[in-house]
Amino acid sequence: MTMTARTPTLRFVASRLLYTAVVLLGVLVVVFALIHLVPGDPVRIALGTRYSPETYQALRHASGLDRPIAAQFLSYLGGAVTGDLGVSFRNGQPVTLILLDRLPATLSLAGVGVVIALVIALPLGTLAALREGRAVDGAIRVVSQFGVSVPDFWIGMLLITLFSAVLGLLPSSGYVPIVEDPVQWLRRVTLPALTIGLVAGSIMTRYVRAAVIDVASSGYVRTAESKGLGRAVVVGRHIGRNALVPVLTITGIQLATMLGGVIVVEVVFAWPGLGRLMYDSVASRDYPVIQGAVLMIAALFLAINLIVDILYSVIDPRIRLS
Amino acid sequence: MTGRPVLSVRDLRVSIGSRPIVRGISFDVDAGETVGVVGESGSGKSMTVLSATGLFRAAGAQVTGSSALLGTELVGASRRTLRAVHGDRVGFVFQDPATSLNPLLTIEQQLVEGPRTHRGLTPRAARRRALELLEAVGIREPERRLAAYPHQLSGGQKQRVMIAIAIACDPTLLVADEPTTALDVTTQAQIIDLVAATQERTGMAVVWISHDLGVIGQVADRVSVLQHGEAVEQAGVHEVFDAPRHEYTRTLLAARPVLGRDQRRPIAPDADRVLSVADLDVRFRVASPGGRHTVRAVSGVSFEVRRGETLGIVGESGSGKSTVANALTGLARVNAGRVTLRDADVLAATGARARGIRRSLAMVFQDPFSALDPRMRVEAAIAEPLVEHRLVADGAARTRRVRELLELVALPAEFAARYPHELSGGQRQRVCIARALACEPELVIFDESTASLDVSIQARVIELLIELQERLGTAYLFIGHDLAVVERMSHRIAVMRNGEIVESAPSAELYRSPRTDYTRRLIAAIPPERPA
Repeated sequence: MTMTARTPTLRFVASRLLYTAVVLLGVLVVVFALIHLVPGDPVRIALGTRYSPETYQALRHASGLDRPIAAQFLSYLGGAVTGDLGVSFRNGQPVTLILLDRLPATLSLAGVGVVIALVIALPLGTLAALREGRAVDGAIRVVSQFGVSVPDFWIGMLLITLFSAVLGLLPSSGYVPIVEDPVQWLRRVTLPALTIGLVAGSIMTRYVRAAVIDVASSGYVRTAESKGLGRAVVVGRHIGRNALVPVLTITGIQLATMLGGVIVVEVVFAWPGLGRLMYDSVASRDYPVIQGAVLMIAALFLAINLIVDILYSVIDPRIRLS
Repeated sequence: MTGRPVLSVRDLRVSIGSRPIVRGISFDVDAGETVGVVGESGSGKSMTVLSATGLFRAAGAQVTGSSALLGTELVGASRRTLRAVHGDRVGFVFQDPATSLNPLLTIEQQLVEGPRTHRGLTPRAARRRALELLEAVGIREPERRLAAYPHQLSGGQKQRVMIAIAIACDPTLLVADEPTTALDVTTQAQIIDLVAATQERTGMAVVWISHDLGVIGQVADRVSVLQHGEAVEQAGVHEVFDAPRHEYTRTLLAARPVLGRDQRRPIAPDADRVLSVADLDVRFRVASPGGRHTVRAVSGVSFEVRRGETLGIVGESGSGKSTVANALTGLARVNAGRVTLRDADVLAATGARARGIRRSLAMVFQDPFSALDPRMRVEAAIAEPLVEHRLVADGAARTRRVRELLELVALPAEFAARYPHELSGGQRQRVCIARALACEPELVIFDESTASLDVSIQARVIELLIELQERLGTAYLFIGHDLAVVERMSHRIAVMRNGEIVESAPSAELYRSPRTDYTRRLIAAIPPERPA
């Protein structure tokens, strides 16, 4: 690449980074406000029914809740920047450590899940689009509609019944870190990842199909055909790359959902992810942990958006050069 | 004309489902000659030629008959045969250069595909060929342009690249499907010259599809006139223009606006001034590779329109003519200038006063398909401004007024109950005109309002607009890129270029004695009335 092409790319990435930082600051404000907006006194809630005024004052002081609100925010902001998100009301552990402990499980599940979804959606969606209106297209549409319609935990239970209970091939629950035992990690991540991957794959198949149909009817695909190019070149080079932009969007959205919003699946598979952590913290009103988890999930969302935006500019010169 | 024809089409028929679209068309194309295929929308002209060359593919389409390219039968040929022919022996250029090039690939990547596939050129040889081709189609700085992406080129440059792609393997036949329709008239003239020069050099045969008889008269040796999927007239180009045998050909020729043929008589010199625009300035902030900068879309534009008068604004794309319309109707923000409608200051008005101005200033857009809400019946569409400005007391008055307006634009009263999709393009534009006239405006702005209509329908809409103006005394601001159409409509014409009015004169004077080179170039670029 020449200098003239590289400079706009850098400027584009810089502007997206700045945008991400601004949004993250906004998220921090909202997360900080959370603890002051909830009804009741978080300290009182955290302490339960029996506590002495001294304990109350001590915890209130320890949490910094007795200081002016601006000072509280500044110290929260300072802490967040340096990786200090406070301590859990429940067990006194640093929130940052609790989050980092859960992060690998969540990343494993979402990572494998989105790969499975792509492996399903890219070929099936493309095939359906290229055979639009024929039997194959009809079959793929019916199956994907089914995948979109049924709840994910039901698919999870079905998979457990089949692969664990009947065939006895895979464990039905639990998580093993990849650094400890890669084989066990894979065996345990397979079923939950398959569950969310099947659902996301069904949704994405429909998007891939629509994107490919749209691109296939465009003028430049007709131009490619008028050059007498082989089918593989027309589909791969001219249709595929252009259809990738909308597919990237939906992949980003699905991946973001997997990172924060698959609580039910995590419960079904006893998977110690962020969603599960959030669920447990809400149940026990462990506000510092809720704040930290929300912040973490928001940061992951923004990171995915940033990556998707940068990938757009890699694929599409109109974004890169304008 | 020696030897056998390059393309020989016999009794070609195309139907989609049970609906016949092309009904038995035969024609030959010889080496070195150009056959023009002309017709209005729905005549089947593109489908005829693309089926004959094996590029037309649609679900449920059936093609029968025969089409031989130097002995190779293309109707019913295998994909493999067609792939070998396409891009090698037959090259294609399409209508819209903006969508015909892949936005994600560089010009070089798109240029070398054909030669690499058909000629097995090495990357190096293919690159040399790409350079040669860009030079051949008159792209400046071809080295630099090879690395460019389509969005970095102008419309005319993109169409030149399309032609380079089409001729990359020295085809024996070039199919040009409305290759100049989306271009400005001066760019159109360049593309026509380019194809003619290439043909001269290579001796290829050309099939040129167009709705525009003027263009066909300029490029074709022989012409096929298509109507409803049939060739109603096939003859040499001079015969078609000078001694047309078929009624439809005569209609098409008569409907064509010709520069300097019909001019309107000037209006009375003491007519009231309706609109006056002084020193209008509109600027846009745009992002470009070099950062953000300001573009002066309209600068220092002044004009007046009087009662019963049409002021035409003509200019090429990007000249700022539509921005003037948008500034008057509040769709574009004005940076400086004064706009006065009767006595009211249009730009400063707010509240009820602004609503009053909106009522006396109507607009008719280019595309009658997107200008009407598909879920609204014609009556509701026309009555909407009446209801909005509380001009009708009750349902009965509303129905009466809608009926009056439909009659005004020569549509039957029963159209009131129809939906837009039940109307043709011309009928829809009439509905848009009726809607614009509903509040009895002082001024109607027409922004390319007849540009997307077929010539015969365009001619009828123009006559209708002139008749309405003479009857109602409404002032028109008629914006267009086609000087012949604008001239037919207008008493006076302002020529715009780069956001400024470069020349303004009564229509007849502008045509007879243009004062600027730019206007002279515009006039010279218009296809002549008869073939040379």
